Amino acid sequence: MRSVVAFIVGALFGLGLLVSGMTDTTKVQGWLDIFGDWDPTLAFVMGGAIIPMAVAWRITVGRKPVLASAFPTPPEPKLGRNLVLGSTLFGMGWGLSGLCPGPAVASLSFGGWGGVTFVVSMGIGMLIAPALRSRLDRKTLAV
Amino acid sequence: MPTDWIMGLAGGALIGTAAAIFLLINGRIMGASGIIGGLIDGSGRHDWMERAALIAGLLIAPALAALAMGGAQTQLTDNWIVIIAAGLLVGVGTRLANGCTSGHGVCGISRLSLRGIVATAFYIGAGGLTVVVFKHVLGVI
Repeated sequence: MRSVVAFIVGALFGLGLLVSGMTDTTKVQGWLDIFGDWDPTLAFVMGGAIIPMAVAWRITVGRKPVLASAFPTPPEPKLGRNLVLGSTLFGMGWGLSGLCPGPAVASLSFGGWGGVTFVVSMGIGMLIAPALRSRLDRKTLAV
Repeated sequence: MPTDWIMGLAGGALIGTAAAIFLLINGRIMGASGIIGGLIDGSGRHDWMERAALIAGLLIAPALAALAMGGAQTQLTDNWIVIIAAGLLVGVGTRLANGCTSGHGVCGISRLSLRGIVATAFYIGAGGLTVVVFKHVLGVI
């Protein structure tokens, strides 16, 4: 049953990305291009997504999820090197290509070989990340 | 273009509704990088079916919709070096930071998570700077 819900969630997520134009890399790069022909669409997408989700977070208070025992506990509000460095690297790749993980998968069927290559490279990056993380952590300990 | 903004808002509402359903019913955060990454590196082995089902929906629904609309375009660059470098950076970065636009952006900011807000500030800042340098200075993208 959880998988059926997950499939529907994925389908809505994918349709939302397509409808909003976020599978079009030029719209994402247009948002990041503040010195060029700036395209504010992404702000509307973010706003439209954050509103129902903010309502959902309010509903969670004092309740339990329908098909699970508990809601995810908030992570410790710690701002480590991994968060800052990781987000910076991600932003660089996002700016270069105009793709982030969700839209990369959502556009796989019509994105051609370029889209496939991006997703394969992203998968390799995800496999490398844990090794890089433990290296960074060791360095921090040594300092 | 205001039409794009309205489509953006409507599409965003769909994305937010999807994330809300995943949270309220399955008790999970709809973060694309975490869901994909957990399948790839094996850390999400115990709930692989839920992850695979979400990715299947994410892939199939826009595929059918694009087909019905007579095709869709990503307008991705045809520079292979840029595509591979960007893919690697997105993969490494989102896993190091434990989240991307959906996890830190949509799910994090909506619960006023400090980590989500800081992550979003850094990836938008780095993305903006990258576009300035690689588009306007170097002319690569």
